[in-house]
Amino acid sequence: MTSLYATLAVILFSVGLVGFLIRRNALVIFMCVELMLNAANLLFVAFSAHWGILDGQMAAFFVMVVAAAEVVIGLSIIVMISRARRSTSVDNEIVLKG
Amino acid sequence: MILLSIPPGTATAVIFYICAVLSIAGAIGLIAFRKPVYSALCLALVMVSLAVIYAGLGAPFLFAVQIIVYTGAVLMLFLFVIMLVGVSSQDRLGETLKGHRVAVAIAGVGVLILLTLAVAQGIHGAPVGVTKVNTDDGGNVQGLASLIFSQYVIAFEATAALLITAAVAAMVLAHPEQVKKKAGQVERAAQRLEAFITSGDNPAPRPNSGVFARHNSISTPALLPNGTVAEQSVSKVLVDRVGLATPEALWAPHDDVLDAIESAGDEPLVFDDADAGDETEPTSTTNAETITAQPDQPAGPEQPGGSDQVPTPDQPAQPELPVQSDQAPTPDAEDQSAQDPKSGQEKTND
Repeated sequence: MTSLYATLAVILFSVGLVGFLIRRNALVIFMCVELMLNAANLLFVAFSAHWGILDGQMAAFFVMVVAAAEVVIGLSIIVMISRARRSTSVDNEIVLKG
Repeated sequence: MILLSIPPGTATAVIFYICAVLSIAGAIGLIAFRKPVYSALCLALVMVSLAVIYAGLGAPFLFAVQIIVYTGAVLMLFLFVIMLVGVSSQDRLGETLKGHRVAVAIAGVGVLILLTLAVAQGIHGAPVGVTKVNTDDGGNVQGLASLIFSQYVIAFEATAALLITAAVAAMVLAHPEQVKKKAGQVERAAQRLEAFITSGDNPAPRPNSGVFARHNSISTPALLPNGTVAEQSVSKVLVDRVGLATPEALWAPHDDVLDAIESAGDEPLVFDDADAGDETEPTSTTNAETITAQPDQPAGPEQPGGSDQVPTPDQPAQPELPVQSDQAPTPDAEDQSAQDPKSGQEKTND
């Protein structure tokens, strides 16, 4: 059973990675990062159940906390950039170059 | 009864299969939809499915946290930002880099294989299950609490600092910053003089929009002494939207009146379209169409005796207008019209 959970987590992670690489809207890219974090969380919880220790759930909890902080910072950066450039596409982030 | 008869673990398996299908469908929808809002809703589907899987895996605390923190807070934050930066923005799906898609597909499959091999290393032996650890401390939440406040207390305190930092950073980042100091009255006066010195721009305020008998909207340009339109008198935005009126159009009503007066000759003027047609007095009929006050107008061409709206004494006075002299009508008519709000350009024309 654990292998099924692991397979799902690996599939979700790969889909998130593919989305991260092909999408160009900064918001969607960010969502793909969240998807990958969730896949990692699923693996943590699955292994926690496999080995019968709660540390995996603890790790998943910390990942959630860090992800929440990361989303706050990332989204405010996206808002700031979109306010200055009227776009959230990552294609022309080269304008960030000093 | 039915639930009791099925072997243990089957319910968990059923939950898993349903949620696995849903979450993979949501993940694919997340990267496939072009609209960010649809992507966000697909991500919500993934997160709720994962929450249910957590519940099936014996992690009720994470189930609640997943729903509250991820689906409730993080995704709503995403939706807020999507609404903020433009909900209608769509991704272009074309390739920016040549062969990008192929490379991404190869990378995705490669990572899938690598991760599968790596994760498979960790799975050996029969699963233990969390039933025992969940009951050791009296429950899942109690078990996690005893871990947080003993073994992981430093990390827990660090997350508090992290969250505070994130909140402050978000406020600092999202604060709209004035790039340069706002120009006050003194600065703007200095700028105008500077422009006057360097490029000869007029430092005075721009002219008002034209106010005529039939037009007084701010889209109506004022007329310059030479009869042309003062372009500065109309906001550039309005010019771009509705265009600038031509002097001919502004003069047209005036010319109509003059033509009517000229063609009338000795006879009293009668305007067909005038609502005050029964009074044969030309000035009052023309002005009846305009927005200006009618009573004032008859006094213009007539003798000073013409008091407000007494039509009967006007009648004998009226023929005088053409009669006075043969060339008289034009200047007279202009005299008269010099009293209505058109006066601006009429006077200058004299």
